[in-house]
Amino acid sequence: MAEIIRRSKPLSVSPLKASSTLGASLAFLGLYRAMPMLHGAMGCTAFGKIFLTRHFREPIPIQSTGMDHVATVMGADENVIEGLRTLCEKHKPEVIGLPTTGLPETQGTDIQRLVREFRAAWPQYDHISIIPVNTPDYTGSLESGFALAVEAIIETLVPVSSQAGRRRHQVNVLANASLTPGDIEAIREWCEAFGLRAVVLPDIGDSLDGHLIEAEYATLTAGGTPRDEIVSMGESVATLVIGESLRRAADALRQRTGVPDHHFPHLMGLDACDRFTETLAAITGLTVPARIERQRAQLQDAMVDSHFMTGFLRVALAGEADLLTGLSALLTQSGAQLVAAVAPVSAPSLRTLPCAEVLLGDLQDLERVARANGARFLISNAHADASAERLGLPLLRAGFPQYDRLGAAARVWVGYRGSRATLFDIANLVLEHHHDIPAYRSRFWSGGPREHEMSLSRAAQGDAGMVRH
Amino acid sequence: MKASEIAALKDEPACDHNKVAEKAGCARPEPGATAGGCPFDGAQITLLPIADVAHIVHGPIGCSGNSWDNRGTRSSGPKLYRVGMTTDLTEQDVIMGRGEKRLFHAIKQAADEYAPAAVFVYATCVTAVIGDDLEAVCKAAAARWGVPVVPVDCAGFYGNKNIGNRIAGETLVRHVIGTREPGPTPTLPDIQVHDISLIGEYNIAGEFWKVAPLFDELGLRIIGSISGDARFAEVQTMHRAEASMVVCARALVNVARRVEERWGVPWFEGSFYGVADTSQALRDFARLIGDPDLSARTEALIAREEALAEAALAPWRERLRGKRALLYTGGVKSWSIISALQDLGMTVVASGTRKSSEEDKARIRELMGEDALMLDEGGPKTLLGTYHQHGADILIAGGRNLYTALKARVPFLDINQEREFGYAGYAGMVDLAHQLALSIESPVWEAVRRPAPWAHSKCAGTPLELPVLADVKTLEDEGAVHG
Repeated sequence: MAEIIRRSKPLSVSPLKASSTLGASLAFLGLYRAMPMLHGAMGCTAFGKIFLTRHFREPIPIQSTGMDHVATVMGADENVIEGLRTLCEKHKPEVIGLPTTGLPETQGTDIQRLVREFRAAWPQYDHISIIPVNTPDYTGSLESGFALAVEAIIETLVPVSSQAGRRRHQVNVLANASLTPGDIEAIREWCEAFGLRAVVLPDIGDSLDGHLIEAEYATLTAGGTPRDEIVSMGESVATLVIGESLRRAADALRQRTGVPDHHFPHLMGLDACDRFTETLAAITGLTVPARIERQRAQLQDAMVDSHFMTGFLRVALAGEADLLTGLSALLTQSGAQLVAAVAPVSAPSLRTLPCAEVLLGDLQDLERVARANGARFLISNAHADASAERLGLPLLRAGFPQYDRLGAAARVWVGYRGSRATLFDIANLVLEHHHDIPAYRSRFWSGGPREHEMSLSRAAQGDAGMVRH
Repeated sequence: MKASEIAALKDEPACDHNKVAEKAGCARPEPGATAGGCPFDGAQITLLPIADVAHIVHGPIGCSGNSWDNRGTRSSGPKLYRVGMTTDLTEQDVIMGRGEKRLFHAIKQAADEYAPAAVFVYATCVTAVIGDDLEAVCKAAAARWGVPVVPVDCAGFYGNKNIGNRIAGETLVRHVIGTREPGPTPTLPDIQVHDISLIGEYNIAGEFWKVAPLFDELGLRIIGSISGDARFAEVQTMHRAEASMVVCARALVNVARRVEERWGVPWFEGSFYGVADTSQALRDFARLIGDPDLSARTEALIAREEALAEAALAPWRERLRGKRALLYTGGVKSWSIISALQDLGMTVVASGTRKSSEEDKARIRELMGEDALMLDEGGPKTLLGTYHQHGADILIAGGRNLYTALKARVPFLDINQEREFGYAGYAGMVDLAHQLALSIESPVWEAVRRPAPWAHSKCAGTPLELPVLADVKTLEDEGAVHG
């Protein structure tokens, strides 16, 4: 049971947090033929667009209500109405996500009312779904904004029904913000191994996985969960909820549809994977397919192989709650120790982390605690590379953003194979940073046959610290 | 900032499009069809490269958290500018009005932990709207914590990125430039050293380091720069330059004009992109300084460097001759890159002019001819339509259009501030040629355009239905989203 230590300093240095508005936008980008439009000034959208573009290395369709001086003083209601009309007219989307930013929320905007006003004024666009969500950036973070958007999508698009189980081979998967497109593909295949078709919400695995399409460009999302599939979620046989951040969204789905749900805080490490596999077997009544058995055995083999490097490994982690929960489970099951944990904002699941304290803070805090507690390994986003360099520690990049590497979206963390890949990566980084014992050179060598090695030793010892294998 | 002050910033007498009623850089954003960043973004672009300053973003997390350390600017020394700092206001701070107090102590924390040369504080939308008195807090903090604290009033709703550049320049003129005298001009045995300054050079990917040795050789000491690889104490002394160059940044002519008005520093506009422009920039410095010896040495250096560049570029010219580029970038780069490309024997089929002034456009006509095709809007449909219609071989644009090109299986060169390669100066031209050839000649394009052997549908990445030229205007209206 970890204690949560709140922020006590006035300045956030090297922020770990990305905004809730951005998180909500990301969730909307997982819907088919969709476009998020941020209610606020242009900069929020421009920064969000660059943030996501650089992380996913994909074009990001996103718009802004473009609040200027006049709208800020006189009221920005008209910006929302006009923005919605422009999007409907120009791009003919199926879904418009409408997250708010700090500026209009400080004004006290009523975004739900504005959508109603738009509906009244422009009934010809009734076929286009509009999903408003309150995500001022002074509350929460990327993960919580994402979760709020998923909840709003469910409340808006999933009808209240009692058709649960009508589609016997369909399951719902609610996917939290920490899952990569690669993760979502892996979960889908996992379900398919049991003959289940997964409706993943939101499905950035289909929209941001990075694939060339036949058309030269798309002004809306070119993939993602189609709206009619979301409508059909009430007929699924079960809902698999990945991540504690989606608990409220999951409750909303269950209350609307009666589809039974199964909660998984994460899908990393043998135990979590086994529980997911067992659940799929229970839902379908099938035995576990041989290929899943094989993947499980492969993970076990990897755990054995890598335990020399992961055992007693003192790890410092920084990221959002769902990511921390999964990584810490994988690590501790491999003999590693969590000596520092930092999250951008609070979440109930942080209390379950296997360490004494979880700091709510930034990468400056991570660096300080990692140093104080003698961490030997860092896991955080790409911004932490400066900290890793100063600490002289290897960094495994996880979470948002990852600007400086390719393949952040393709990487698989979940499942037997994803867990195996993560263990291998950790072990390899540890090996790369292995410190050889510096050679000892006896003073009696001088005047003997090794005399010339003594003069070499200064230079050689100078860089003996980091020997690459 | 009052609306009247913003209007005053837009009124720039040194801009010859100042009389135009609706200026390109000053239009109101259209909800649902906006493109580009906000004043905070623009102010940060201009000021962040000052490397030994603690840059504190006063606002909730969206402004700093989503944007810190994502610029290509490089420092030869301090790395403080790369550390993201924000007051990260919470809902309680906003409701209870605790922003000013938090900022006051945040400045102390930054000063204590990093001993910065100065602290710059950026206002954002929320802190402007709740009425935090930035100037007062900065003044009090400077007095109390003993470090210069500079308020940058750049809330996002004041306008667009361009206004942010202006605000940043204005801030430097009001609070920084002229607040310190430079050390004595160093002496060299056989040449007279002159002090110069640069405005609007950001040392993207370290590209200015390809030019800087030439200034050293000529005995031109750069006493201050806005703001590539800059230090606060140097920017303070820029009023003592003998000549100043505005580098590819019309948005900062206000700085050059104000410094000229107050301290009589003459200035010119130029660019370090392309052999011809680099030579011209060096000549202009010699001309403004008016030292005949400097002029002679400058000509000798230009002759030597041009010959070297010529030799280095010859093999690349061979490969790039006749290749056609579609250029979509803003402002001064809309023409400065054209001459660089023409230098390489390439043809520019069209140039983007969304952020260009009337003068920029005149220069484009000078370089490309009277009927030069100019694109005011850079939506994917317009860009790709023009690309195919004019048989271009490469799209040259900012990072935001990178994936427009790649998704359409089109070679691309990144020319804006997030890029990872430097193209300035004589040496930079070789790198530019190298990167152009690398993308144009890559074997991947053929591979990704080829349909699967078993496919019967049309070829993947089939070009759009080609619009006739007259349609480009209507296309412009549609394509704003990715612009």
